[in-house]
Amino acid sequence: MGGIGLEKDPWNVILTGVGGQGNVFASRMLAKMLAAKGLWVTIGETFGATQRGGSVMSHVRVSVDRRLLSPQIPKGAADWVVALEPLEALRVLEGFGSPEVRMVLNDRPVYPMGVIAGEMDYPTQEALRADLDALSKEAFWLDLTGIAKALGSPALASTAILGAFVAKSGLSLTKEDAFLALKDSIPEKKLASNLEAFEAGRLAAGA
Amino acid sequence: MKELIEDCPGKRALFLGNEAIARGALEAGLGVAASYPGTPASEILESLALVASEANLYTEWSVNEKVAMEVAAAASFAGIRSLAAMKQNGLHVGSDFLLHLALSGVRAGMVLVFAEDPGAHSSVNEADSRYFSKMLELPLFELSDVESAKEVIKLAFEISEAFKIPVLVRSVTRLSHASGVVELGPLPKPRRNAVFRHEGFILDPDLGAMISAPVPLKRMLLQEKLAGLKARFEEFPLNRYFGPDKPETLLVASSVAVLYAFEAIERLSAWDKAGLLALTTTYPLPEGLLKAHLKAPGRVFIVEEGVSFLEQSLKAFVAEHHGELGQKRFLGKDEGTLPGVGELNVDVVAEALAGALGLSYEPVPKAYASKAAEATLMHAPQRELAFCPGCPHRASFFSVAKALALDGRGGFVCGDIGCYTLAMLPAGFQVIKTLHAMGSGTGLGSGFGKLGRFGFDQRTLSVMGDSTFFHTGLPALINAVHNRSDLLLVILDNQGTAMTGFQPHPGLAFDAEGKGAMAVDIEGVCLAIGAKVFVADPFELQETERLLLGMMGEKGEGVRVLILKQPCALSPQRKGKGAYEVAVDEAVCLGEACGCNRFCTRVFRCPALFWDKNAKKARVDDVLCAGCGVCAQICPSGAIQKKELVWAA
Repeated sequence: MGGIGLEKDPWNVILTGVGGQGNVFASRMLAKMLAAKGLWVTIGETFGATQRGGSVMSHVRVSVDRRLLSPQIPKGAADWVVALEPLEALRVLEGFGSPEVRMVLNDRPVYPMGVIAGEMDYPTQEALRADLDALSKEAFWLDLTGIAKALGSPALASTAILGAFVAKSGLSLTKEDAFLALKDSIPEKKLASNLEAFEAGRLAAGA
Repeated sequence: MKELIEDCPGKRALFLGNEAIARGALEAGLGVAASYPGTPASEILESLALVASEANLYTEWSVNEKVAMEVAAAASFAGIRSLAAMKQNGLHVGSDFLLHLALSGVRAGMVLVFAEDPGAHSSVNEADSRYFSKMLELPLFELSDVESAKEVIKLAFEISEAFKIPVLVRSVTRLSHASGVVELGPLPKPRRNAVFRHEGFILDPDLGAMISAPVPLKRMLLQEKLAGLKARFEEFPLNRYFGPDKPETLLVASSVAVLYAFEAIERLSAWDKAGLLALTTTYPLPEGLLKAHLKAPGRVFIVEEGVSFLEQSLKAFVAEHHGELGQKRFLGKDEGTLPGVGELNVDVVAEALAGALGLSYEPVPKAYASKAAEATLMHAPQRELAFCPGCPHRASFFSVAKALALDGRGGFVCGDIGCYTLAMLPAGFQVIKTLHAMGSGTGLGSGFGKLGRFGFDQRTLSVMGDSTFFHTGLPALINAVHNRSDLLLVILDNQGTAMTGFQPHPGLAFDAEGKGAMAVDIEGVCLAIGAKVFVADPFELQETERLLLGMMGEKGEGVRVLILKQPCALSPQRKGKGAYEVAVDEAVCLGEACGCNRFCTRVFRCPALFWDKNAKKARVDDVLCAGCGVCAQICPSGAIQKKELVWAA
């Protein structure tokens, strides 16, 4: 659909993570790439106090011709969840998942304050994987923070995960599209490393 | 944000709701914009300030919202189209001026955007301020989606100018902070010449003085304008109807609830039974349009966030015209079809509508929902809000909490609005015990400090940030000084309006557009008022605590001010430049054998200092650590060690 491989219309994607991981940036970049293809896109999110170490979520909705879309995705209607932090994916599924949902996950945890303070436990990766497998159609785990660090900065994980998501979801978006979406919104010296991260994410996801 | 001033009609751009509002104002020929930062409204002025010189605008972060309205009104009086933008609180702050502006009227188009926060994502209230429109007799527009927001703003300017009346425009978080595709219109390049005419007859709207008196005559003129607006809104292009000609049930919605109602009907496949009247002009209401749509349906379901505003108006309207419209059954907030508090969304509306229509709504299979809920409950620990690594507030409140405990007289802190509001939570040791409006902490502190004659002997502290000091803190402080209140004010000066993204305030030497400005010195102001003033670095825990205890020990000494100065850890000047390299010396950390019961991670609660469960020792996360060095001062064993770093200038 839409000449770009939309599986559904409207197509609903949730990007999630912890404040400061680049969630807002990633959702904007994805939306820009899709809008540049002539699609109608909305992003729903909140920012402000929630940035201070809290869970964050951006809802991206895409349609060929549909306007008047709620900026928040209805319950059970997420087609994809893209998680910069794996525990946040689980939280998203409780509200928006369904047996049909698919996921791309960065495997690097960010510990909540209660875990840092030694008061609560973060689940083991095995337990989390079992939960997420049971609640989704497919879940792709990747070490995107590792890829990003190798390229110079853990912050590049937000661009790398977009590359991985594009590859897994079959969107026909290329490095050139990423370049067009990024060139006016980030400083020039960061452009090359972000494009590299996008490409590295794509390759890591088997593109 | 190049696209904001791209003169390329027909081009589509992805805009944040607040950017769409800004673009609408630019397409309407805006000249002056003023605002005070507040979520979710901040990006309106922020984006305009970025293009100010290219678009020939004057933009400012005003000292508070009342002054922002006044600055915008002055431009309008002088023939320049203007915008004032603020979060919901701001409308309340400026309402006294607005009360009078309604009567004096305006000249060039003046639009006042207030962005509200249903669900209180970034507020300590859930105000629905739409009743101001009825109270002050001013027109109200409600924005529903990013795409049409730009058009509504343009129309708001036209109508304001045509009727010489300020227009109120309501946005909400889910619009201001949503993004969508907007089709650009032409950008005018108006030639502006500001002149304030005042030589004419007092009732002459173009040449007379801009004054709210003679009040009865000015009110008559205002009410004539409203009658004209009512007629004009019959044809308003963004009052829209979707659905069958004669639905059984009519949904009437405004704001983003339009989107929720639309999608709820769709998800229930109920377009054969239900129609949707989406209103932008909710005061005054377009009566002809209402009559046309209210005749057929027996049931009217009002979908709105906040209080029962539209619902009450519609009920009154139907009662007035019952002969023509007949009996209706109303659904909405009043009888509990929709919740009275919090945000709406598609699911809340769909569930309510399904109930009304006798349909069922099950968006997720029950087995899946319960499995997901169980997994989340078992495995997903909540993320509590915390001060950032290197935040000066953690250090400040650590000293305040310690001093209050040592003083031991049941002392407490009157809180205020900013990141430091988190001191009502464990993040700030729960020292804040009152929390209301901007500046209210010190007003309350001033009052507590005068209760001595009734036996009150608890130490009262108030806190406020540097931006709050100028906003509304100053009158409260003057009140406390003048009345010799026994108050200790701690000013948390982190050199910017940090919570909303480092907008400048009058204490800084630059303005909204990044140009040089007069910096008003907080310490000098406090001294001039007659307060006793101390200044300290909150990162120096011992010195801060010593000063606090000394100030708390004095009694009946009037107002004492302690200014704790240290820039925000996220501020552009500070980011990525820690003063110290900090690490835990594992040979010195005694872990659980220490007897401190994990004091550093359990109590101090810095995200960069964590308890390593395997090693049973504390550890510093060198990616997160901002290098403030404060934690090195709190370890009873001296295991946390800091090494000074040297940065090239």
